[in-house]
Amino acid sequence: MSQLNNKRYLKRKIINNVTLSISLLTVLFALTFLVWILWTLFSQGLSHLGLDVFTKMTPPPGSSGGLLNAIVGSLYMVLIATFIGTPIGVLAGTYLAEYGKSGWLAPTTRFINDILLSAPSIVIGLFVYEVAVNSVGHFSGWAGALALSLIVIPVVVRTTENMMQLVPSTLREAAAALGAPYWKVIVNVVYRSARTGIMTGLLLAVARISGETAPLLFTALNNQFWSADMSKPIASLAVVIFQFAMSPYEDWQHLAWAGALLITLFVLTLNILARTIFRPSQSQN
Amino acid sequence: MTNAGGEAYLSPASLLNEPTIIRESTSMSSIMQSKNMGARLDKLFRGTTMFFAFLVFILLLGIIVTLFVGSLPALKAFGPAFFTSDAWNPVEIQFGGLVPIYGTFITALIAMVIGIPVSFGIAIFITELSPTWLKRPIGIAIELLAGIPSIIYGMWGLFVFAPLFADHVQPWINDNLGALPVIGQVFQGPPMGIGMLTAGFILAIMVIPFTSSVMRDVFEIVPTMLKESAYGLGATTWEVVWNVVLPYTKTGVVGGIMLGLGRALGETMAVTFVIGNAHELSASLMMPGNTISSALANEFTEAVGDIYTSSLITLGLTLFVITFVVLAIAKLLLIRLSMREGKQS
Repeated sequence: MSQLNNKRYLKRKIINNVTLSISLLTVLFALTFLVWILWTLFSQGLSHLGLDVFTKMTPPPGSSGGLLNAIVGSLYMVLIATFIGTPIGVLAGTYLAEYGKSGWLAPTTRFINDILLSAPSIVIGLFVYEVAVNSVGHFSGWAGALALSLIVIPVVVRTTENMMQLVPSTLREAAAALGAPYWKVIVNVVYRSARTGIMTGLLLAVARISGETAPLLFTALNNQFWSADMSKPIASLAVVIFQFAMSPYEDWQHLAWAGALLITLFVLTLNILARTIFRPSQSQN
Repeated sequence: MTNAGGEAYLSPASLLNEPTIIRESTSMSSIMQSKNMGARLDKLFRGTTMFFAFLVFILLLGIIVTLFVGSLPALKAFGPAFFTSDAWNPVEIQFGGLVPIYGTFITALIAMVIGIPVSFGIAIFITELSPTWLKRPIGIAIELLAGIPSIIYGMWGLFVFAPLFADHVQPWINDNLGALPVIGQVFQGPPMGIGMLTAGFILAIMVIPFTSSVMRDVFEIVPTMLKESAYGLGATTWEVVWNVVLPYTKTGVVGGIMLGLGRALGETMAVTFVIGNAHELSASLMMPGNTISSALANEFTEAVGDIYTSSLITLGLTLFVITFVVLAIAKLLLIRLSMREGKQS
């Protein structure tokens, strides 16, 4: 009898050990790919990441050059998208957090926003193509920035709402008791205490759009030459990487690796900044 | 009858209790001016925020309506047969969505088969096994996987992973899994490196951070008391996870899986690099295929003619509707879990 019990105990113990070891292996599995991808980027990209990358234009196939116009194009579009998306996102998030206790609009918007957060970015590109490219008749940097801003909005809405909800209501009540109207309570008290949290969301949003390629493919298109004119097709780092990496030319592929390293370093730095310095109290998915 | 009666009864009473009357009487006082200003600004502020919240709502409708209008020419030309036809011939203007739709589902399915167990393992490790000091670094490292732009996954997949896969993994799969009866042909094919299996595998890596972070979050809401009761009865860690934590968080886990599925279905750049872009239906996972998103990325700017463009937009609409449904289910499941959590605490 006791031998039977021992056997059963042993079996349970073995199952436990095996499954927990597998669990450890899954973590190693994921980390392996993180390290592997980063290592590939450094080993392939670092040797081609010279000063030329930052000072020369994208070259025609078979000659050397840099990524200057692509970097500038990306910066323009990311900046404009952030400027369009942030106020809209913050205000919409404010409505959800502060006025969203009753009515149908707040829960519906919250639900839709969470879906837009994970919606395929290529569909956003398709939508902007129909709205801002097809109707105008040509591709433009504005269309690209618009597409990126549509990706910024849900991220900012989500973090703004979460961060404003974390502000204790006693703070609001204290301000209201001093006679402040509600809008002043929100602007002077709630925004101020939620500021770092909202900034975190903004950083994550910028990180997200910096690497986005799909929504730019048929909005901003690409431009081999220097152009800072937002009403014309404009180059972006991500689209140039896509074009160069898929090409059979070695020079182009080298530049693609340099660009890939650049973009990844930028995005990961923003991610780490957002997660450590501004340390959010709750993780967003 | 009851309606009319109710209204007749309500109106005088509600008039008496009308808050505006009370407000008017207080506005008689000396602070009338500033109070009115404050109230007006309050209304303005509320209205502004409401407008932008409404804008987000309109955005969704805008996407659906625009894509629907854009897909009308193709839907008129081909009818519902568009979704069951595997034709894709720009010269003869014959288009059907079957190949990309099939590819989208198959690659996402592969991603789920690999991604779910791995995400589950990671979530268990972080919540149950890891020492406290290690939890945060591992959590951040896994989330960095989600931060890497998808185009980087694509490049790495094409230049680094696919050749290795072709040289070392695919021959093995051909020899072993390919020899199995019936399902063998799914695993047979030329070891080219690119194809649906590679795309699915890379998608799995990309989906892991999303799914595992949801699983981790829901595992953490399991009351310690429940777990400790099970431990007190002599259960092993695995038994606690399998018999206590998992049943308690079932809806949340499924929600996390659906969230990952939504991501996998819509992912574009990583897949575009390694899928091979072949508009051919094949049973083998080793063969190149196509997904909706990569068909769009590759062909949209080159599409000539209304019907071609419109066919691609129809595919985009299809993708949006599919991911919308999947993500909506994910969201509803997660809301249900958090509501139950709210009731209990």
